[in-house]
Parts: sequence; structure tokens; C-alpha cells
Amino acid sequence: MAVMNDLRTIKNAAWLGWEMEANWADPFLFATYSIVKPISATLILVFMYMIVTGGNTDNAYFSYMYVGSALYMYIAEVLFGVTWIIHDDREHYMSLKQVYIAPIKFYAYILGRSAIKIAITTAGVIITLAFGVLALGVDISLWDVDWLLLLGSTALGMSCICVLGLALGGITFLTARHSIGINEGVAGVFYVMSGIIFPITALPTWAQSISKILPVTYWMDSMRRALMPDAMAELGSVAGVDVTGLSGISDLYIMVYLAISTAVFFALSMAVFKYADGVARRKGKIDWTSTY
Amino acid sequence: MTDGWVIKNLRAIKGRAYPRVIGAIREPSWVFFEVVLPLFTVAAFAYVYQFMDAREELIGYVVLGGAMTAFWLNVLWSMAAQFYWEKETGNLQLYMIAPTSRMSILAGMALGGMLSTTVNAASTLVIGAFIFNIAFDVVDPLMLIAIFLATMVALYGMGMMFASLYMLFGREAHHLSNLLTDPVYLASGFYFPVKFLGAAVAAGASVIPITLGLDALRQLFFTAGAEDAFLSLEAELALLVGLCALFMVLAHYSLRYMEYLGKATGRLTLRWQ
Repeated sequence: MAVMNDLRTIKNAAWLGWEMEANWADPFLFATYSIVKPISATLILVFMYMIVTGGNTDNAYFSYMYVGSALYMYIAEVLFGVTWIIHDDREHYMSLKQVYIAPIKFYAYILGRSAIKIAITTAGVIITLAFGVLALGVDISLWDVDWLLLLGSTALGMSCICVLGLALGGITFLTARHSIGINEGVAGVFYVMSGIIFPITALPTWAQSISKILPVTYWMDSMRRALMPDAMAELGSVAGVDVTGLSGISDLYIMVYLAISTAVFFALSMAVFKYADGVARRKGKIDWTSTY
Repeated sequence: MTDGWVIKNLRAIKGRAYPRVIGAIREPSWVFFEVVLPLFTVAAFAYVYQFMDAREELIGYVVLGGAMTAFWLNVLWSMAAQFYWEKETGNLQLYMIAPTSRMSILAGMALGGMLSTTVNAASTLVIGAFIFNIAFDVVDPLMLIAIFLATMVALYGMGMMFASLYMLFGREAHHLSNLLTDPVYLASGFYFPVKFLGAAVAAGASVIPITLGLDALRQLFFTAGAEDAFLSLEAELALLVGLCALFMVLAHYSLRYMEYLGKATGRLTLRWQ
């Protein structure tokens, strides 16, 4: 019964999220926003690359950078999305307290709202990747994709990012309007440290040690291995040097690492969320507004 | 225009700036977010250039562009979109009945937000330069000040004009602001010289004051900046001054028109549309 209630909450929260994201906006603006924004973000890197190389996109690193930038949307949007839900409900619509007193689990509500963000982001990622393959020669071939690895790492990676987002969502209860900076900061750490747009071997040695702890580093690598195996094999042994810094690690190790990380982050996010929720209730911050 | 009118508007500017400054002092967590967080994007782009063995100036351009994003985001989220949020929270009608210019209210927002924005931009510039060993070579400080001030006035004038549009926007204000971040970073050449986008795109993007401002600042901060320039410094300063006048006039009329339109259609105080 409780499970059914949670599933109903997730479904209705997802519907509400969709209405807020899409139906309440002008359809043309929403479609433009969904396509132009992700492609522009990636094109910044494309132009940076072209300025340095003179336009040669037939290069394993170009595909590495492009795919990383496209997949990063998941990290940025999901982390941003979860904290934005709390910020938006509390500060703008002032409906957080109503959601709170409703006979539903707040956790399930957040998961439902996040699910729709993942769906919208997936559309952006697919469009960006398709644009890269068709217009810029990004090295992805549907015949060469390792679908099993792709499905496994997508499921584990998404779970890991979602539970991390929930922990950050908990912290949002306690911070003012700057709370949206928290997720940008955590997403920023991943952007620099997790080999998103450049291999971790470009970082100083001390930073590489941190990179090898972060689950996102492994998620990115496994997604690239699944989507562009040839380019990753090439980068794994450029003149006998492992450019990615991770080519010696097996797919199985990565999957196990992601599964353990997700479990650890899940426990951590529950604890952080529960603590922040308690403090927010005690200090009367549930219906706090700070839109100065 | 009487002395009383001027004093009244100056007080409006001070009054609207006050909650932002006080809010920033009372909730100092923003310092961490404004100082540390912008560095991550800058660092990532700088490492991309480093990984590709790019020339040093390009890394410098990334740091400079990263610093200037603070002003663009401030205009977009804390000024243009702010009228939408003010409508949602019920403050907009108070601004409308206040016997002051709407532009004074917006100028107050700009001034109040300037504290955190300047901290953000300055820290990105200084820490970014330190981490990536960037050498700034300012040969004409007066020109630098003139270009920066002209860019800011034109940019915030543009923000005031946007505010009039946002005043009538519904929930899509959030989408519109998002839409004006990454595409503008791309078109205005925040992380690479805009001339590489081609003359036509660069000319089109020059409507956004920060495009010309950044191009000029690159020339003033880096000796190799002139080679990557889209236009000469003098031309860019002249165009920026023109944009200052244009956006201020446009902001004045569009605010008046949108206010009238909002009243006529009953949308000025309509919340959650």
C-alpha cells in the first residue's frame, strides 16, 4: 500500500514537473530552449577546439570532448534540477509548505519531479549527440555501440547522480537564494575533476587522485567506452601512453564501483536530507523566502 | 525635472539597492558561491586549452571571459528576470504606484547586486590569473576604464529593456533566461575571440554590449589581443557609447509601453500565469 502511494506520488509529481517545464511555457520557446541551449554549450567547446587545431575534427580527442560535454548535461541538469525544485517551490510559488503537509513522502515527490528533468535532459543529450555525429563527424556508430554497457552504466550513473542531487536538495532547505550555487559548485567539481571535457591526465597529480575517487569519472569513462569504443581504444594507447588515465581499468570494475558509490551516496543522501529537514522544521525555514 | 524629482529617484535607487546589500551581508554564504564556483568552469576551459597546447593568450581569454560572465548573469537573472519574480511575490504593483521612475528601481537592483557581482568577477580574474599564471599587460588604463564603464552602462541599459519584456512574461521567464546564457556565451565569444565566428556573426552579436566590451578588454589586457580583435579599440568604444544611449532610450520607452500594455490587458499584477 505504501509503495503504491509512493508510486502515485512519483507519477503525479512527474506530471506536475512536466506541466511546469513545458506546458506552461510557450511551446516554441520551450522547443528552442531545449535544443539551442545544449547545442550552444557544446559548440563553445567545438569552436575552442577548432581555433587551436584549425578545424580538424577527425580526432579521437574531439569525440571524447564532444561526448563528455553532451553527457555532462545530465550532471548539471539533474543536480541543478533537484535543488531548483525546492528553491522554486519555496521561494517562487511558495507551495513547499503545502507539499510538506500533504500525506505523501517528500522524497517520492522530489524523485517524481526529477524524473521529468531526466527525460527532458535525455532529449537534449540525444539531439546534441545526433548533431555531433551528423554535422561534426563525432565518432559514434550505432553498430559499434556496446548497448549492454551503455544501459548498465546509464542506470547506475543516473541513480548515483539522483541520490547526490537529493543530498544537495536537503542542504537547500538551510540556505537562502544562493542555494542554486551549491549544485553548480558540485557540478563544477565534476566538470573539472571527472574527465568530462579533457582527460584527467591533464590535471596535476594531486587532482588526479581525487578524480579517481569520484564516481562520475568512472561513469563518464564507461559511457564513452560504450558509445565510442574505437576512439577510446585509440586514446588508451596514443604512442604507448594512456591519455585517459583509466584504460587499464576493466568495465566490470567500473560497474561495481558505480554500484557501490550509488549505495553509499544513497545512505548519505538519506542522512543529509533527514538532518536538513529536521533543522529546517525546527528553525521555521520550510516556508522561508529570501528573494531580495 | 525638479530637484525633488531627482532626490526622489536617488532615494528609490538607494531603497532598492538596500535590501540586496543588507541581504548579502546577513547571508554571507554567497561569498563562497561567488568566489569559488565560477572558477570551476574557467578551470575546465583553461585545461582544455592547456591539453591542446594552445597559445597562452587563449587561456587568458578564458579567465577574462569567465570573470565577465558574472555581469551577464547578474543582468539576466537579478535584473531582467527580477521584474517577473517581483510580480510573482506581489512587489511589482508597489513599484508601479511609487512616484518614481521604473528605471530608478532597476538601477537600484543593479547597484545592489554589484557588490556580489564585482566580488565574483574580481576573484575569478585574480585567482584564475594566479592558478594559470596569466600575465596581464595593461598599457592604457584610461581606455580600460572607459571601455569597462561603457560596457557596463550599455549592458545594464539592455537589462532594463529586457526587464520590460519580462514584466509581461509568464513562467517562461525562467526558460528565456536560460536560453540567453550558453547561446550568448557562444555568440559573444566569452571563451574565445569573437572574430573566429566570422564577421557577420560577430557583427550581429555586437548588439550585445558585452561582445564588444570583451573584445576590447582582450586587446587592453593582452599584447596579442590586437591580432585576435574584431574591431579597433576606438571603434568599439564609439559603438559602446552608441549602445549606451540606444539601450537607455529603448529601456525608457519599452518600460512605459509594457507598463501600459500590462495595465490595459490586466496582466501587470496577474500572478502564476
